[in-house]
Amino acid sequence: MQKQAIFQSKLLPFALVAPQLAIVLIFFYWPAVQAVIQSFLLQDAFGLSTSFVWFENYLELFSDPAYFETIIRTFFFSFAIAGSSLSVALLLAVMADKPLRGGAVYRTLLIWPYAVAPPVVGVIWVFMLHPSLGVLSRYLRAAGIEWNPLLDGNQAATLVILAAAWKQISYNFLFFLAGLASIPKSVLEAAAIDGARPMRRFWTVTFPLLSPTIFFLLVVNIVYAFFDTFGIIDTMTRGGPGKSTETLVYKVYNDGLIGGNLGSSAAQSVILMVMVIVLTGIQFRFVERKVTY
Amino acid sequence: MALRHFGAAAAVAIAVGMTASPALAATEIQWWHAMTGANNDVIVKLANDFNASQSDYKVVPTYKGSYPDTMNAGIAAFRAGNAPHIMQVFEVGTATMMAATGAVKPVYKLMADAGEKFDPKIYLPAITGYYSTSKGEMLSFPFNSSSTVMWVNLDELKKVNAEIPKTWPEVFEVAKKLHDNGHPTCGFSNSWVTWVNLEQLSAWHNVPLASKANGLDGFDTKLEFNAPLQEKHLEKLVELQKDKTYDYAGRTNQGEGRFTSGECAIYLTSSAFFGNVKAQAKFNFTAAPMPYYPDVKGAPQNSIIGGASLWVMGGKSADEYKGVAKFLTFLSDTDRQVYIHKASGYLPITKAAYEKAKAEGFYKDQPYLETPLLELTNKEPTENSRGLRLGNMVQLRDVWAEEIEQALAGKKTAKQALDASVERGNTMLRQFEKTAVK
Repeated sequence: MQKQAIFQSKLLPFALVAPQLAIVLIFFYWPAVQAVIQSFLLQDAFGLSTSFVWFENYLELFSDPAYFETIIRTFFFSFAIAGSSLSVALLLAVMADKPLRGGAVYRTLLIWPYAVAPPVVGVIWVFMLHPSLGVLSRYLRAAGIEWNPLLDGNQAATLVILAAAWKQISYNFLFFLAGLASIPKSVLEAAAIDGARPMRRFWTVTFPLLSPTIFFLLVVNIVYAFFDTFGIIDTMTRGGPGKSTETLVYKVYNDGLIGGNLGSSAAQSVILMVMVIVLTGIQFRFVERKVTY
Repeated sequence: MALRHFGAAAAVAIAVGMTASPALAATEIQWWHAMTGANNDVIVKLANDFNASQSDYKVVPTYKGSYPDTMNAGIAAFRAGNAPHIMQVFEVGTATMMAATGAVKPVYKLMADAGEKFDPKIYLPAITGYYSTSKGEMLSFPFNSSSTVMWVNLDELKKVNAEIPKTWPEVFEVAKKLHDNGHPTCGFSNSWVTWVNLEQLSAWHNVPLASKANGLDGFDTKLEFNAPLQEKHLEKLVELQKDKTYDYAGRTNQGEGRFTSGECAIYLTSSAFFGNVKAQAKFNFTAAPMPYYPDVKGAPQNSIIGGASLWVMGGKSADEYKGVAKFLTFLSDTDRQVYIHKASGYLPITKAAYEKAKAEGFYKDQPYLETPLLELTNKEPTENSRGLRLGNMVQLRDVWAEEIEQALAGKKTAKQALDASVERGNTMLRQFEKTAVK
């Protein structure tokens, strides 16, 4: 079978790829290169005085213990968000996959939160759990829980993780549902005939067959937790109290835009970029081996 | 087909542009601001009135989001070469703007270059001092100014038979009473935690926040607020936080609803909170001066301002600057200042406007609107109370708030938190000093 398409002109294939390449170059490579250049500079906010400082911005970051705390915190957040949203979404998808009356309604409702923008998610959760205005915090207080995420760092972190995971559940749910639909019924039926109970059927048949979806979602969720939670953090806690909800991306924003320290901010985003590249690389190299396609 | 339509549309657009162009002969002055709601209306009215008063210049106000958003938008626009003519920058951005020689055009210079009549003596020094050099040259034009006051729910105070407290010990006492009688979640609280509990507290007691007259005399300033007064104050807050006699309400003004809802009966925040209080509070209220510690000699001193000023950006044509200068003169007009004062609750910036509002009996019905002015002019400002000029102030406040939060949460002692605030803050000040244009 011939796989290669044949083009008459040598230019045509390039012309066809050009728009996509242009987009990637302009919106990814160009800013990335600029960030790398900026990370070697010391510059005031207005760009009036610039000096080349080699690796000073990086050295300053790596000599700051608070930066390592932020790195560890970011990883913790990522795994907590990815873990909780993936497991809840899988549970919901398995339930919604059963023949149910009004199943389409459940499915639609479960997908709904995905349409909400991250900052709006933050605002909604703030309204529900604000220590003095929130509806839910009133119940928590009635239940004897001292709820004050404005001062209690662990509660604030829980709040951010909850909101971020909640928003991602829909997305995961959608993919799990599609993944479940593609599992042949005959395999499951065969297992049932062999006497496998539902739980066993799930762990030995469904779960392995879902592994490509799970793997894909794991990558997407970790990237989401690394970058897209910015809007939620900004509207909910602004990184506080203390530094207990400051992630790497929030620090990039805070140092660059609020602090006007563009050099350090650029260095941080370069580090962040490297981190995500490595993380994704590891996932493809090691986790993918365990995936059955 | 679609293409032909596009062509036709373009032709129409060009034709419209051509016929419309004579009307655009007026030089446009871009004004970026951060005002919402009623204050946005004030801005629009000022621009419209100015545009109607003459035909050479047209001021175009544009809302650019919150204070930090507006400032960042302006900085980004400057880097891209299309900065607005006038930019509203909050008071904590002053050092950053001032350090940007070349990016901004100082107001005193603008007025001189444009040949506009300008007498810096007509302005209230307590307000313009914040935005002037140590020689008294005005760098930016004060637009909306406020100060910290103590908002009091008079009905609730009456219920516990308390007078309006004047000193901090009295506040703690009244708060305790409130806490024990119907306010278990909040005896008193405040917004802008660092502004109220560090910056204003220091000025009000005539102790330094930072060396070099709080940074006014140079960027090589060092923070000095890990001193006994501030430490004693924070310690007290930490102690009272435990049973919520004091209850922390966040870094910005997000907690202000706790006063208008009646939850907190004593609440320290900006005098500009007036508009919301008036609209929402279903109780008798007033704004009292900030409390002080009576054992500190000479207290209370005078308060410092908050709010924002108008910065004129650099690199514009002489004609455009003339228009900006005329607009600033227009804003300085006495009647106009009285209008801004009454409509927005922000302070008048000229002496004449203050006198006129007084003469009109404006403060008779609403004495609390004079409170911030009385605080600002309480005594002749000293090195410690003229103002603040610290680079990176926005982020400095975040760092201080982080440390205060840790103290209030019981993770650090007041002393540890203040020492860490000073140390981390000084690192940032040195960083700023490195990049500041000399």
